[in-house]
Amino acid sequence: MSTRDLFTFSNPHFTRGVGITAAILIVTAIAGFIVLPFAQPWVQFANVWDAICSAAGVPQRAASVTAPEQAKRLSGVVLTSNTLSRPSQEAIGRGATLAQRCAICHGPTGISRADSPNLAGQYAAVIYKELHDFRSGARTNAVMSPFAVNLTDQEIADLSNYYAYLPRLPAYHPTPQLPKPSIVIYGAPMRGIAPCGACHGSLDNKTGSPWLEGQSEAYMKAQLQAFASGERRNDISQQMRNIARAMTPQEIEQAAAYYASQPPDVVKAVD
Amino acid sequence: MLVNRKLILAHFWLAFAVFGIALTLGAWQMFIRSPIGTWLSNPELYYRSLTAHGTVMGYVFPTLVAMGFGYAISESALQQRLVGVRWAWAGFWLIVAGSIMAVIPIALGRASVLYTFYPPLIGNVFYYLGVVLVVVGSWFWVALMSINLRVWRKAHPGAPVPLAMFANVAGSYLWAWTAVGAALELLLQIIPVAAGLKSTIDAGLARVFFSWTLHAIVYFWLMPTYIAYYTIVPRAIGGRVYSDSMARISFILFLVVAMPIGMHHTFADPQVGAGFKFIHSAFTALVALPTLLTVFTICASVEIAARLRGGRGMFGWIRALPWDNPMMLALAFSFVMLGFGGAGGLINMSYQLDASIHNTQWITGHFHLIFGGAIVIMYFAIAYDLWPHLTGRELIDVRLMRTQLWLWFVGMIVTTFPWHWVGILGMPRRMAYFDFGDPAIAPQSLSVTLSAIGGFVLLASGIIFIVILARGMRAPQAEAGPYRFALAVHEPKTVPVALNTHALWVALMIALTLTNYGYPILTLALTEGTSVPAVYVGAQ
Repeated sequence: MSTRDLFTFSNPHFTRGVGITAAILIVTAIAGFIVLPFAQPWVQFANVWDAICSAAGVPQRAASVTAPEQAKRLSGVVLTSNTLSRPSQEAIGRGATLAQRCAICHGPTGISRADSPNLAGQYAAVIYKELHDFRSGARTNAVMSPFAVNLTDQEIADLSNYYAYLPRLPAYHPTPQLPKPSIVIYGAPMRGIAPCGACHGSLDNKTGSPWLEGQSEAYMKAQLQAFASGERRNDISQQMRNIARAMTPQEIEQAAAYYASQPPDVVKAVD
Repeated sequence: MLVNRKLILAHFWLAFAVFGIALTLGAWQMFIRSPIGTWLSNPELYYRSLTAHGTVMGYVFPTLVAMGFGYAISESALQQRLVGVRWAWAGFWLIVAGSIMAVIPIALGRASVLYTFYPPLIGNVFYYLGVVLVVVGSWFWVALMSINLRVWRKAHPGAPVPLAMFANVAGSYLWAWTAVGAALELLLQIIPVAAGLKSTIDAGLARVFFSWTLHAIVYFWLMPTYIAYYTIVPRAIGGRVYSDSMARISFILFLVVAMPIGMHHTFADPQVGAGFKFIHSAFTALVALPTLLTVFTICASVEIAARLRGGRGMFGWIRALPWDNPMMLALAFSFVMLGFGGAGGLINMSYQLDASIHNTQWITGHFHLIFGGAIVIMYFAIAYDLWPHLTGRELIDVRLMRTQLWLWFVGMIVTTFPWHWVGILGMPRRMAYFDFGDPAIAPQSLSVTLSAIGGFVLLASGIIFIVILARGMRAPQAEAGPYRFALAVHEPKTVPVALNTHALWVALMIALTLTNYGYPILTLALTEGTSVPAVYVGAQ
């Protein structure tokens, strides 16, 4: 018998092999697509075809359910790999001019003397997102919101690139460096809290998360409390609200004090 | 007739060298996340190590063993010089280049995505390109196995293909087809994102592609082990294979049903329909069949050896077996681990039971027991058996070999049994550290500590293994004679064409892939709006 005779129905291996395989496939398909769907009394199907489609995972649009109206605005910022890539000197220059308005709170060198965030050398993506959120109303602040409402997309991008371009200077009143508290380095796994350092520096950085070294302690504490109370809600998928809600007041104190005491030159050079 | 010994030795040495490194990393990982290690202050280091361990143990190590063993089989079973030696070396160097290319970004912390890739996590593009090179290098081997068999067939028209080569080629075809899933995932989905051409990825589709590879790859790892069961063990212990046809049918069944079952890895994924999950579950149950056939045939073959040695009685023959023979010992250990691992596997593949152990340490325990235990212990046995023929020197220290196998067996049981147990208690996998001070998981510390100790026993065994092989390179020269494979009780004179060729079974394998994967992949690929933003590792 040659290979040519392999794929013929006169070859018992072929008929049996193909027959048994097809039979198993058909039986399991009937069980999986018809019998088992109907065996679930809590699911209703209009007809057999409906059951088959459901079991096959045919994508279906929910009939007439509309998304619930959001009482408050959520962050709508979209960041792609091209949004802020390779700023020109010109763009940074435009940002520098615009930033004169910001200097009164954020300092002429991007280092605040007034418990406002230090912006010098902050990641561009972070400033970009926050300015957009202030403009859209996803984040509100009596002082900051009026500055942001009239900014154009271009101005926001230029400002972000300018501040990212500034050198990372030490904070205005640096305090002695504190050791890493466990919330920063280990989080609290049993309460579902990832370590602060996993996104905000010290361990690793995740896109969209600011580095925090040398920021004002009062500012960071206030933001954590605002996340915990739900007053601030521009974090994506409630990431920070979920974390801040589960943190103890001591942990909030420790994290804020730790980051405030760090010099900015320990920020990981990942950008 | 082993001519290209250097080629085969190069594969084995590279395999065992990277195995040694990955084993050390593995033991460190067990230690660092157990209660006896202090918490790692940087979990990223853990994932870096985990990525290296998985990439080496999953892609590089078993592939090299299968390739080296495959070349050895091709030359000694077919009694013909390997055709395409240059291509074989090219494949080897591709694997070397790919491994280096992949390891650099891992070591730099730019590719801590674990060996299963986990999109939308995206690492450095060179990591993925390195893995692609490893796979492409192994495809050279697939082609060479097929070509060598074809050359032999031309010279021996109609003759039965030696069992070892028949199985070896079946394994190579299985690998060729199953690697396509991961290749599609890498080329169509991950690499464009990692290279910066796209910033979103269809993670659901990518996971389905990966499941295409992820299960059958285990059977590719298993192939050298099963080939050793059938064609080395009976010869080494002085017996015969109980049935040549049964062996062929087992390998054929692996070829057909190992492939269309991978979706039992996506039971918890919402993007796959429940009907398809059920079909995959049912086909996974079928894959137990060739293993049961093998266990039966090998036990019968072993019994033949025992009775030839004067064994008597219903179970009395077991005592007559050559228990001081490392091959016998390895087989027994392998079967015990295969039994426990297989039983655990039946739980994983059951749609409902899986829910209780999904993504827990049970899974990690399971695949270490099956792969690290049942499969790798036979890789050791293969190396011990082949070494004298490759080096032309005798492996003298049989006692040390037995110690090594015992340590591996005990170490693997001590490592994986508590591992399964904490999985049942709900301990999640892929975690860099656990707070064992918390009352909720404090009772698990004993099990995790035991597991970590087992890890060090395995490391000790691995070191002894490498020492034995290295000493074998410097032992006094001794001619080992031609390398032979086990004969069957009834050596086949003629074999039906279906059991002597792979075409029908490869066709069935591809057909079942189309029926079981076609629709889910097509709908996911054609549905709009299923992509999510990529999460870049170590990027800002």
